[in-house]
Amino acid sequence: MSTLTVDKAGPTRNVKYGSMSRDRAWALRWSYFFLTLFAIFSLVPPLYMLITSLKGSAEISAATNPWWVFHPTLENYVGLLTSNQFQRFFFNSAMVSIVVVIITMLISIPAAFALSRMKFWGSATLATGVFLTYLIPDSLLFIPLFKMFALIGDVTGIQLINRWYVLLFIYPTLTVPFCTWIMIGYFASIPKELDEAAIIDGASWLQTLTRIFIPVALPGLIAATIFAFTVSWAQFLYPLVFTTSADQLVLPVGIVTTLIKGDVFNWGQIMTGALLGAAPPLIIYAFLMDYYIAGLTAGATKG
Amino acid sequence: MAEVNLRKVVKRYDDVEAVRGIDLDIADHEFVVLVGPSGCGKSTTLRMIAGLEDISDGDISIGGDVVNDVPPKDRDIAMVFQNYALYPHMTVAENMSFGLRLKHYPKAEIKSRVAEAARMLDIADLVDRKPKQLSGGQRQRVAMGRAIVRNPKVFLFDEPLSNLDAKLRVQMRIEIKKVHQKVRTTTVYVTHDQVEAMTLADRVVVMNKGRIEQIGTPNELYHNPATRFVAGFIGSPAMNFVPCRLEEAEGRLHLRLTDRISFPLPPARAARYQSVSRNEPLQLGIRPEHITETKPHAEPGIEPFEALLEVTEPMGMETLVYFTLNETPVCGRVSPNAGARDGSPLRMAMDLNNMHLLNETTGLVI
Repeated sequence: MSTLTVDKAGPTRNVKYGSMSRDRAWALRWSYFFLTLFAIFSLVPPLYMLITSLKGSAEISAATNPWWVFHPTLENYVGLLTSNQFQRFFFNSAMVSIVVVIITMLISIPAAFALSRMKFWGSATLATGVFLTYLIPDSLLFIPLFKMFALIGDVTGIQLINRWYVLLFIYPTLTVPFCTWIMIGYFASIPKELDEAAIIDGASWLQTLTRIFIPVALPGLIAATIFAFTVSWAQFLYPLVFTTSADQLVLPVGIVTTLIKGDVFNWGQIMTGALLGAAPPLIIYAFLMDYYIAGLTAGATKG
Repeated sequence: MAEVNLRKVVKRYDDVEAVRGIDLDIADHEFVVLVGPSGCGKSTTLRMIAGLEDISDGDISIGGDVVNDVPPKDRDIAMVFQNYALYPHMTVAENMSFGLRLKHYPKAEIKSRVAEAARMLDIADLVDRKPKQLSGGQRQRVAMGRAIVRNPKVFLFDEPLSNLDAKLRVQMRIEIKKVHQKVRTTTVYVTHDQVEAMTLADRVVVMNKGRIEQIGTPNELYHNPATRFVAGFIGSPAMNFVPCRLEEAEGRLHLRLTDRISFPLPPARAARYQSVSRNEPLQLGIRPEHITETKPHAEPGIEPFEALLEVTEPMGMETLVYFTLNETPVCGRVSPNAGARDGSPLRMAMDLNNMHLLNETTGLVI
């Protein structure tokens, strides 16, 4: 490869750029081109949301230039942030997401540890099974799940449907398989000698997990945590199906069901709500991005 | 401190027998090295002693107690791994004290033990560093420190020097020997490097294909190998093996190598080989240092012959010469002043007082 490029550079000897750097320059140009394209592609919708959220309803319905705010106003923000209902949605979302993350980690970490390290009969099959579970779409699962919780309600009298905390049981069906699967990958990338050394040092399985595996695989755990949080925060179908009363709704469903009344779309508040709803994951990503990337690449090379 | 005994120990993986019935008694304070080519079962044996592998059959006892079903943490052993296996998120001191902290030793004692081990291994100024800030040799020292602070009954080393470069390996080898002279803990050490085995061991256990070929002190193995495998494995450059047979001529027992070369055996050797059948296909085993240039004075048992040197390798203090004898490549060691040159003939001498005669079919030394 290198001899080839040197040969090419030989006759048309360019003092400033060898062919290597010319190749590199072109590669860079192309990457910048596509990066810009994708940046525009992914940034335009939030920008549109931001612009619209700063407009009053009169300006929105006046159908002026949609990309410019002539009379900026914070009325949408004030309206939403002071609304008890919106606060309730936000609280429900936060509550559900945080508890789901905790539940997910409490299940996934020991599960991944067991599946990656304690070789027991059927462990490999079980690990694949965990992954297959994740492949079943929620749009297939929500009816049987609904029937299940309805049945539980009928038999035991414990009413879970239309309670925000029913989501604490449902979201883990999405988050646990995926988090377990990626953490099996991280744990597998930890050399076997490390747990053998711990075992010889006198650590029990639990101590090996808590004192060696969790600290060493921390980037992976953080990546999994972010994933679990994002999935819970953005989940739409399950809360739409399982919760109906306004005080039980989470943010994504709450915005859609309360701000669209019949055929009246309160666009300003919808955009504001969406933007505010996107804020927590955005902040988390911004602070934990390095960990997230480290975790993802570690999983990519070893998984 | 304790002795380690293995009785008919077998390890089976599905249908493969990795270790096929090993008997081994390791005395208290002894430094025993298991050596052999990869796949000979030496690491598996060590891991069975550690408790990291189950024993398919037989018994292992440490300090007189059978430990077949005792978990590793209750065997009171410490192990040093090839890739160090340091905990990457802990400092050197934390790495070394991990085992003691798990056993809830008093803080003061942990501190003094770590300090002492660190001083012994010359890593006292590194105790606050993380493993990734250390060089390979330093990491290996920390791994040894982690074993020492535990003050276990037995040290187990699994190819601890394989990841180091040649120079550092020699240095750490001496370091390990020094540590053993100080702490005198019973040690089982696994390596594929026969030089490591020879230099470190009180006794060497040569393993091949899941069995023990021979157990002995380094010198016993070197001078009196029991099998062709041991003879060829121990020593560098390796022992030469040349097809030969015995014949009677002029009323004496002769060793015939080629049509032209036949040596009378020295009386001691002749007596030993008297009962060997004259027509049996045999192999002469002789180390390179016993094939030298001719000396000015004839000595009994040292027989001269002519060799056409193919390649010479000057090593400084000696020159290795390669030639063919009975269609077999042979290596000899001559003085740098012997005038050995590529492609030229040289008058050589073979010291038959140090020869070995091997049965070609069984591979046993006669």
